[in-house]
Amino acid sequence: MSSLQTPLHRVKGLGASHSGTGHFWRERITAAALVPLSLWFLYAVLGLAGTNVVTALRFLAMPWNTLLMAAFVVTSLYHAALGLQVVIDDYVHTAGSKIMLFLLVRFCVIAAGSTCLFALLRIAAF
Amino acid sequence: MADNPQTPGNPAAGRPLSPHLTIYRWPATMMTSITHRITGVGLAVGILILAWWLIAISTGPDGWNAFHAVMNTPPGLLVLFGIAWALGYHLLSGLRHLAWDLGYGFDKTVAERNSILVFGLSFLIAAGIFVLVWTGHAGYLQ
Repeated sequence: MSSLQTPLHRVKGLGASHSGTGHFWRERITAAALVPLSLWFLYAVLGLAGTNVVTALRFLAMPWNTLLMAAFVVTSLYHAALGLQVVIDDYVHTAGSKIMLFLLVRFCVIAAGSTCLFALLRIAAF
Repeated sequence: MADNPQTPGNPAAGRPLSPHLTIYRWPATMMTSITHRITGVGLAVGILILAWWLIAISTGPDGWNAFHAVMNTPPGLLVLFGIAWALGYHLLSGLRHLAWDLGYGFDKTVAERNSILVFGLSFLIAAGIFVLVWTGHAGYLQ
C-alpha cells in the first residue's frame, strides 16, 4: 500500500475540490422548488400591482402567503448564493479575492434574507 | 487577428491547440448559455428590490408611496421590465437545464430551436406582464 490514508479518509476528503456533488445537487433542488414558488410570486406581485398598502398588508399577512413569500425569499437567496459561487469560481482565479468574494456574497445573502424575513414578520403581525 | 495563437500555421503556437470560444460564430445555444448566467446575476441583485418592496409594505403608506414614486419613473419601469424579463428567461432556461440533467434536449437542432423559443417566450412573458398591468388586469387581489 503506497498511501497511509484509510479508504474512508480518502472518500471523505473528496480530492482537490474538497466537495462532491453537494453544490450541484442543491442548485438543482432549489431550482426545482423555485419553479412553483416563482409562479406563485408572479401571481402575488401581479395581483398587488396598482393596489394599495392595506391590500398588500392584508394579502401578505395571511399565513399561507407569509409562508410562501418567506420560502420564495429564502430559496431564491440560497439558489443565488450557489449560482454566484459558480460565477466567482469561473472568473476569479486568485485564492484571496475568491475567498473575499465568497464571504461578500454570503454576507449579502444573509443580510438581504434577514431583512426580508424581518419585514415579513412585521407584516404578519399587522 | 494576426497574432491569434490559434491561427493554423502560427509559429508562436508551436503546437496544435484546440479552438477556443473566440474562434466560433455565436450560435443561439451560446447566447442562451451566457444569458442564463447574466440573468441569474441580475436576479440576485434584483432581490434587493424585493427586499425594499417588503420593507416598504411593512412600514405602511409612507414606505409604499416612496417605493412607487421611484418605481413609477422611466428608469424604475425599465428596471422592473428587466427583472420581469430576467425572471421569465431564467425560469424557462432553468427548465431546460433541468431537462438536460435528465438527459433530454441535447440534439443539435432541438437545442437550437429551444434556444430561440426560450428567448421569444421570455420577451412575451415580460411584455405580457406589462400589458396586464397597463390594461388594468393586474391588481386582482384587491
